[in-house]
Amino acid sequence: MRKLYSALKIICLVALGITLICLVAVIAYVLIKGTGKLSFDLLFGDYKSSPSILPAFVGMLELVAIASLIAVPIGVASAIFLVEYTNNKGKLVRIIQVATETLAGIPSIVYGLFGYLIFVVAFGWGYSIIGGGITLAIMILPTIVRSTQESLLSVQGGLREGSYALGASKVRTIFKIVLPSASGGIVTAIILAIGRVVSESAVLILTIGMVVNKVPQNLLSPGTSLALDIYYFASNGYRDEAAATSVVLLVFVIFLNLLASGIGKLIKKSTGEEK
Amino acid sequence: MIDFTGKMNISVKDCNLYYGDFHALKNINIEIPEKQVTALIGPSGCGKSTFLKILNRMNDLVEDCKITGSFKIGNIDIFDKETDINALRKNVGMVFQKPNPFPMSIYDNIAFAPRTFGIKKRSELDEIVENSLRRASIWDEVKDRLKKSALGMSGGQQQRLCIARSLAANPKILLMDEPTSALDPISTGKIEELMEELKKDLTIVIVTHNMQQATRIADNTAFFLLGELIEYGATDDIFSSPGDERTERYITGRFG
Ligand SMILES: Nc1ncnc2c1ncn2[C@@H]1O[C@H](COP(=O)(O)OP(=O)(O)OP(=O)(O)O)[C@@H](O)[C@H]1O
Ligand SMILES: [Mg+2]
Repeated sequence: MRKLYSALKIICLVALGITLICLVAVIAYVLIKGTGKLSFDLLFGDYKSSPSILPAFVGMLELVAIASLIAVPIGVASAIFLVEYTNNKGKLVRIIQVATETLAGIPSIVYGLFGYLIFVVAFGWGYSIIGGGITLAIMILPTIVRSTQESLLSVQGGLREGSYALGASKVRTIFKIVLPSASGGIVTAIILAIGRVVSESAVLILTIGMVVNKVPQNLLSPGTSLALDIYYFASNGYRDEAAATSVVLLVFVIFLNLLASGIGKLIKKSTGEEK
Repeated sequence: MIDFTGKMNISVKDCNLYYGDFHALKNINIEIPEKQVTALIGPSGCGKSTFLKILNRMNDLVEDCKITGSFKIGNIDIFDKETDINALRKNVGMVFQKPNPFPMSIYDNIAFAPRTFGIKKRSELDEIVENSLRRASIWDEVKDRLKKSALGMSGGQQQRLCIARSLAANPKILLMDEPTSALDPISTGKIEELMEELKKDLTIVIVTHNMQQATRIADNTAFFLLGELIEYGATDDIFSSPGDERTERYITGRFG
């Protein structure tokens, strides 16, 4: 028995070691390969003589703006309706629950195909930033609804009762009491969703094209994003540039994750829920 | 507009309340006089909170809750279609068992109700905030930290803040559901003194599990059991010579 136990322990330790090595190896490899190649030309160049990720920066910002401008208001409003107006019960809520859960689990390439067939083909927009942005909005919508629902549900019932008991209307209760109390969780969820937009690639291959060498002129232009640049560079022999772009993307995603937890804490602090 | 300037006695006739199929209040008839403290006592689950929540229509928030009977405050019919529920709740304040300060500053907590009813002027709000905190005898403890979060206060302070928050709406009736059950004796004492003071202008209905508290503060006491009002009268009478055997057993601590 004793032997079995210590063998088990060793197996678990080895497994943990492999996990750690994988994690560190990926990050370290990317950093080592990529950091040296980071240059002004790569970051901000005009793509005349050497590759640049400036078009991808612009594309990314536009995609984030479009996706969040669409998905955040619609998602948050839907969640408010479900939680505050239907008590999160009933048939409609069940259906939406199942739909959002299913949608959240669909591989992103399927959203990409949808966006391709609708925006690129049916609408005749061709590859465009706007088509990609809308597709990404649809992709992050379920997550935003779900996490906003969770945040609203976690607001103590006593606060709503307290507000109603003072003669406040439902709308005032929602906007002055419930939403501020839930805002930490909601903002965190939005930032994490933005993280998905920043790192998404499959959807974009099918919707914005992969025009890596031109800053998009307007929202109907095709474009690129950081993740697409990595794919393009790697498959066209610019391996070091691909690694350097990965470093940039990695930094962005880590920054967004830190921001998400930081802002959640900050909002809690400002309302006094945490000291 | 409903007029809450008249007499503020509460008159309930043939009150029945159902949660779905569950008959929670059975044929309650009670007359609660104005500007006095009336205590509701009875074992857990007998319907005290349910009864209290009829008076400011908090049961409207409960699905499947059906209420029949006649409910009047002065000559206002609580459930009349003409009766604006928000105006009713402004005039019939409620303090809950668990202090529920809003996650905002002490000042904003108190200013919440006046702002709800359209008061925006800073000087006016300042005055209401100070007055309400003074009436709830907590002004001296918080006057230097009005901008600080209300969640940083002690439980007893939070409860007095919640009382002040209700008072800021300038209610005519105050409903209190076990307001001191989570508090230490000193905070409890402060809140009891407060009720003594407040009943000069206000009608107070309080739910309590504490018999001593009822005898200390209540002019009238109503004993509920399993959704029925068993006995109701002057507190002195109820406690010195209960008319019903079940009342006697409850107040002497032999059941419930
Ligand atoms: N929202 C609700 N839905 C269904 N039943 C309820 C609801 N609220 C209360 N009840 C039931 O109604 C009865 C009376 O509840 P109520 O809360 O009024 O009791 P109470 O006298 O205030 O008890 P306590 O002293 O424990 O606070 C209980 O049996 C309770 O289970
Ligand atoms: Mg109760």
